Amino acid sequence: MSNLRYRKRKLTQDVMFISSYVSAVIGISLLFLILGYVFYKGVRGINLDFFLRLPTPVGVSGGGMSNALIGSLYLIGFASLFSIPIGILIGVYLSEFGRGAFASLVRFLTETLAGLPAIVAGIFAYTVIVIPMRKFSALAGSFALSILMLPIIVKSTEELLKMVPRDLREASLALGIPKWKTIVKVVLSTAKSGILTGIILAVARAGGEAAPLLFTALGNSYMNLYPHEPMASLPVQLYVYAVSPYEDWHQKAWASALVLVGIVLIASVTARSYASKRR
Amino acid sequence: MSRKIEDNLFKWLTTLLALAIVLLSTGILLMLTHSSGLSFKEFGLGFLGSSEWDPVRKVFGALPFVWGTFVSATLALLIALPISIGIAVFLSELSPLWVRKPVSLAIELLSAIPSVIYGLWGLFVLAPIMQLHIEPFLGRHLGFLPFFKGYPLGVGMLTGSVIISIMIIPTISSISREVLSSVPGHQKEAGMALGMTRWEVIWKVMLPYGRVGIVGATLLGYGRALGETMAIAMVIGNTPKLSVSLFDPAYTISSVIANEFVEAVEPLHISSLVELGLILFFITFLLNAIARFLLTRMKRFEGVRI
Repeated sequence: MSNLRYRKRKLTQDVMFISSYVSAVIGISLLFLILGYVFYKGVRGINLDFFLRLPTPVGVSGGGMSNALIGSLYLIGFASLFSIPIGILIGVYLSEFGRGAFASLVRFLTETLAGLPAIVAGIFAYTVIVIPMRKFSALAGSFALSILMLPIIVKSTEELLKMVPRDLREASLALGIPKWKTIVKVVLSTAKSGILTGIILAVARAGGEAAPLLFTALGNSYMNLYPHEPMASLPVQLYVYAVSPYEDWHQKAWASALVLVGIVLIASVTARSYASKRR
Repeated sequence: MSRKIEDNLFKWLTTLLALAIVLLSTGILLMLTHSSGLSFKEFGLGFLGSSEWDPVRKVFGALPFVWGTFVSATLALLIALPISIGIAVFLSELSPLWVRKPVSLAIELLSAIPSVIYGLWGLFVLAPIMQLHIEPFLGRHLGFLPFFKGYPLGVGMLTGSVIISIMIIPTISSISREVLSSVPGHQKEAGMALGMTRWEVIWKVMLPYGRVGIVGATLLGYGRALGETMAIAMVIGNTPKLSVSLFDPAYTISSVIANEFVEAVEPLHISSLVELGLILFFITFLLNAIARFLLTRMKRFEGVRI
């Protein structure tokens, strides 16, 4: 009797452990299925033209995505210009001065902004920049992306600054160096490489976003470098090509997917291995 | 300049920038509320209950999108939750140490893949598999249920849910893993001492101990699922209709915004789309706030990246 119960309990254990192994296998195989397929379909479309030439109209073969590649770099660069310095300084505020109700509010709002759906950031950028300017623009796109990057940078900076030992600060203060200089020269530079990790993750996330760019930066079949004009980006062009009915464009979508996923994954693996080495 | 003034200036500078976070959050709320005023004035609360969406006749109702968003996200959660807990248990209890790192990395990398790429893969790989194999199979064996009736189209609610579930697995599993590894050793040993099997320790000791954290992780995943845009816009079929069958195409709040915002010229149309965005903002804000509250209640969790 008790033997039977024991066998039942043992059986439950085996079944549950096997399902747990299976879950892990599912998780890993999904990654390889997706990456493998993107590589398999995309690698044929990768050539020099892809990086250097402009898109061609439907039916004309060849051409490339140079406008989207440059556009993505431009949008991310612009977004970083806002979000990196502001994000780092807010992180400094939270870790060095952040006590009391106001700091808790800022922390809470940073967390909830981190969960803000990308599309909502897009609508906000639309109402703040596109409507007053009466025009889709690279500026609006960058603004939307910078909203998505900001909370990631703030959070990682705060966490990393908190890890800087007190002794370092005290040593610097004891030498008579003003507190602000201590923070900038000693604390921030000690945590420099860690903060960089957060920045890379933020850039990687924003670089893959299409939703907020659809109706802010819009897209552009030509090369554009003006911030007040619509601008192409890799994720948006990928989306447009993917949902089009043309086989040739589908091929381009896969090639863009390979480039995009390559950049994003290399960035996150670098950032993560960097972060784990530091600990 | 005396150093006291310098220090104070620096402190005020950072405080002022921190204020930007507060302004940004309230700004989003105010601008969205302001821009959806037109639609709110026209339809009132009936906006939520109406299932008509006709830009030509200028009639707008949110119901099909709210329905699609909740059903797809809830179904995605039902698929993702057991798998995520399984992964968390595997990584915190079962896996040998040398497996742990590469597996966690692989699963976290799933969350780094951009949404459009999930959509592309879903559209060209998953949807045909769903249409030719999985949906006919479900229809044959479970077709007596209303959820699995109808013609297998491949693009629809079910495929959309599967794609989102893949996207939220990393979120739920990585936080749950942290929760499970934070269970104190003496709790587990006590369970063992009572003669529990290893599984019973996990099921009756560890999971209840980490309950609050796992619920927080789940809510966070649910929030992501509700706000997901590109992937679902590419595979859910984008048809604003209410249907019980999971094979049928549906629509979500985020995907209708993605699809129609550029083409909307009519102020009432734009305003209705913004109001949909406002609804999404409220729901995800609430979920995030609750999740964050639960997760910070677990003190050991301070360092966990959410």
